[in-house]
Amino acid sequence: MTTSIGLVYDQIRPDERMLIDAAKREQVDLKLYDTNTTPFPVTGFPNRFEITNVILQRCISYFRGLHVTATLESSGVLVVNSFEALSTAGNKLLASIRLANSGIPTPKTFLAFTEESAIQALDKLGYPAVIKPVVGSWGRLVTLLKDQEMAKSIIESREYLHPIQQVYYLQEKIDRPGRDIRAFVIGDHVVAAMYRYATDSEWRTNAALGGRVENCPVTPEIEEFSVRAAKSMGGGAFGVDLMESKNGLVVHEVNHTTEFKATVKATGIDIPGLLIKYAVGMTRR
Amino acid sequence: MSSEKCPDCEALVSVPDDAVNGEIVSCPDCGLDLEIALAGQERTVKPVVLEKEDWGE
Repeated sequence: MTTSIGLVYDQIRPDERMLIDAAKREQVDLKLYDTNTTPFPVTGFPNRFEITNVILQRCISYFRGLHVTATLESSGVLVVNSFEALSTAGNKLLASIRLANSGIPTPKTFLAFTEESAIQALDKLGYPAVIKPVVGSWGRLVTLLKDQEMAKSIIESREYLHPIQQVYYLQEKIDRPGRDIRAFVIGDHVVAAMYRYATDSEWRTNAALGGRVENCPVTPEIEEFSVRAAKSMGGGAFGVDLMESKNGLVVHEVNHTTEFKATVKATGIDIPGLLIKYAVGMTRR
Repeated sequence: MSSEKCPDCEALVSVPDDAVNGEIVSCPDCGLDLEIALAGQERTVKPVVLEKEDWGE
């Protein structure tokens, strides 16, 4: 009998196209749920999603993904990733707390809500330091604060943005080579890893910002830290970001609905095929 | 697989037979991200504006 799983999305990017094609290769029936055209019953409709009991959630919109995952899980569907994983990894502060509580090396981080307390935190962290939105992606609004004058002007500008941007997540700047490591975890294993190099004019390494990528051999340390980081979020499929500090690896981010196009290109690993197999495996639990 | 012209550089862009409305493909020549629009049998590609506030990874 052909196995059915679902794919819920808001836009089919090349990553989701690769999942559709992988499902065909694996002879898996992949049901597509477009969040732009599908209403999702929340209450009053039993057996709402009886067609499939496992769904890959691939919304680009974080809030859309979060809400649709909660709704699907409430009707008994297993979602990759779970609401717990999504809500934790999707918030950098909550993710930092989980990483630290799990004993995983992660940069020193402060939380502050006003300019005054933020400056106090930055004095303790030292300059340069990094300010990041607690919710956000692709490196947007991640800013390197080089000194107190710059910190004050950046924080002042955040006062005029959405209230979530006034939750100041402040982090030490790790002295690292001009690259970081993205390790792709599925279940209990790192299936691929790549180095991400910042461009000459950019300190951030996000592939979305034009950074160069290349294959990274998966060392036992990368494997251990990445899998532990993924498990600390609740388990599932994640892109774990690590930096090579003078004192060893540190995990600075755990991504929950990870784009993998660049990782596939850099490593040659069939990540979409592995994701489909992982979801199929969940239907048999 | 069929092909449509990139609205920017006019290179041919491959469109999968089972393309989904709104699917994003990249022009192989200029790299522009394009959105596939399906209307009945008709398929067109247009430049896509991807970024929304909480989009991305």
